[in-house]
Amino acid sequence: MAAVTSLGETPLAGPAARGPQGMQRRRRRRLNAFRYVVFTLFGVFIAAPLVSMTRFSLEGRKLGTWSLAAWKQIVSYPGLPGGVALTLELAVITSIVMVVLMVPTMIWIKLRVVWFTRIFEFLCLLPLTIPAIALVVGLAPVYNRIQHYSLSGLQLFWVYVVLALPFAYRALASGLDAIDAVTLAEAARSLGANWFTVMFRVIAPNMWQAILNALLLTASLVLGEYTIAYLLLYNTLQPTLYSISRNTPNAGVVFSTSVASLLFAFVLLAILSYAGRQRRRG
Amino acid sequence: MERLTRRYGAVTALDGLDLTLRPGELIALLGPSGCGKTTTLRLLAGLEDADDGSITVGGRDITHLPASKRDMGMVFQAYSLFPHMTVLQNVAFGLRLRRVAKADRDRRAMEILELVGLTEQAARYAHQISGGQQQRVALARALAIEPQVLLLDEPLSALDAKVRAQLRDQIRRIQLEVGITTLFVTHDQEEALAIADRVGVMRAGQLEQLAPPTEVYSRPATPFVAEFVGLTNRLPGMVSGSTVAVRGCDLPLVDLGTPAGPVTALIRPEAVTLASESAAGSGPLAGTVIAITFLGATSRVTVNLGDTTIMAQLPTSDATELSAGSFVALSIRPDPVLVSVADNDSVAASEV
Repeated sequence: MAAVTSLGETPLAGPAARGPQGMQRRRRRRLNAFRYVVFTLFGVFIAAPLVSMTRFSLEGRKLGTWSLAAWKQIVSYPGLPGGVALTLELAVITSIVMVVLMVPTMIWIKLRVVWFTRIFEFLCLLPLTIPAIALVVGLAPVYNRIQHYSLSGLQLFWVYVVLALPFAYRALASGLDAIDAVTLAEAARSLGANWFTVMFRVIAPNMWQAILNALLLTASLVLGEYTIAYLLLYNTLQPTLYSISRNTPNAGVVFSTSVASLLFAFVLLAILSYAGRQRRRG
Repeated sequence: MERLTRRYGAVTALDGLDLTLRPGELIALLGPSGCGKTTTLRLLAGLEDADDGSITVGGRDITHLPASKRDMGMVFQAYSLFPHMTVLQNVAFGLRLRRVAKADRDRRAMEILELVGLTEQAARYAHQISGGQQQRVALARALAIEPQVLLLDEPLSALDAKVRAQLRDQIRRIQLEVGITTLFVTHDQEEALAIADRVGVMRAGQLEQLAPPTEVYSRPATPFVAEFVGLTNRLPGMVSGSTVAVRGCDLPLVDLGTPAGPVTALIRPEAVTLASESAAGSGPLAGTVIAITFLGATSRVTVNLGDTTIMAQLPTSDATELSAGSFVALSIRPDPVLVSVADNDSVAASEV
């Protein structure tokens, strides 16, 4: 591609273009071309499956026709609304538990127990290195107990909090690093603020964007989680979609639900980033 | 503050410091980095705990009181305004914590903002105002709670030179207007000398001298103070009786108790002057000019005396007649000088 670009440019390049300025211009043009190519390839790579999936979810009974049947089925397909509801509830609970747990802990470590930072980071990133299947094997006896007492699928949030830990940690850590938390805390304390005020009225409001990011990442992880729910026999969204895809003659509903859940995640993302921007503008 | 001590592991940052602030005065703590001046401030603010010693404010022992209960207003070196609050909310924050009614605290915050000249910026956020303005808001925020002591931790060091000088004078004006007891920490001697009632020069966790600026400058208690505050020539001399002979000039001693013998005399560049016409030619204080630094009204002239160099601060009108390479004869004004015995910095003149 680069060769084609430079060939195309050669006739335009006058004597001036041979100087350092001309070279710079050519290099910039080549870089721009490279950017567009990469962007296009990447865009196609991401968009093609999404477009295909959406098109397939709108497929009528006859090939090539259009229909909303698969979308209408989402609310009535046996087991599906339950799976959607469970997953959404899990996403909300997991996100809230995560933020309630992590925000004060991380601020506290930053301000009061700095020596613990590395250890804490290691512990939070640990779930990334443990395959889901290993987690399930370890957690199976615990969840056997839970199922024994017929507790609802919402109990999955315990393991989801652990799973989302690395993502939430990274989001919150970058937010916390972006502000001079120590000085802000000292300023607040010298003005008479106790530690509770320092954490929740001074530091936390300044990492709002990071908190939103942590919420988003956690919610997205729960929306897309399959392995653990499936192996522990809970009918959240993903296992339900999988079982539908194996059993139904009209697989359209699998795709309409998948697209719907993706759209939901996109909308969530848009809302959160919009809210973050509004907040920053004040 | 009495016998205040603070250690970090094996390092003693503050070594039995005694310091008393008189009501309404501004003391500047001056010293090189790591001398313990910021540690002193942080101990006073309660942001760190003292290993030994005590802090008393108005007769009350506050050594073990948490920072939030100390009633100290502090301005930090780094910008410390709360980014999610407006200027007004920042200033009113301390009053809000003291449960002052909203109308009252807003009125009070506006009064203080007027004092620092920032009422126009009340509705802005920290990122919408300049660095100098941010430090003024930080000052207003610290003053709003009517603290017993105002603590300023190098509040000007992040600002550019012009703003720094303006804000320095403004801080002094406000301090005098409010009449608040203030401890100001800085490594900039000019800043310290310009605004303080008394300057405390610190070194290795101890106070070397605490005195009014003019005294610190003209009668430094120790060779360290002499060298840290202003530039100093170190010239070999010989003490006999109440004078020290330095390159043919007999100069009075600051400390008359100095034993006779060889010493190093510490001489300010402004005490070095051009010799009168008759003395021009040769002599122990004649040499070649090697550099001239223009400083505005005065110029610093560095002269090579053969075995050593000497700096003289001369009126620019005199210095313009000189050029690098020209031959010049100097003399030393007979001001009392401080000497250090041999070259080991031991204090010959202790208290002035």
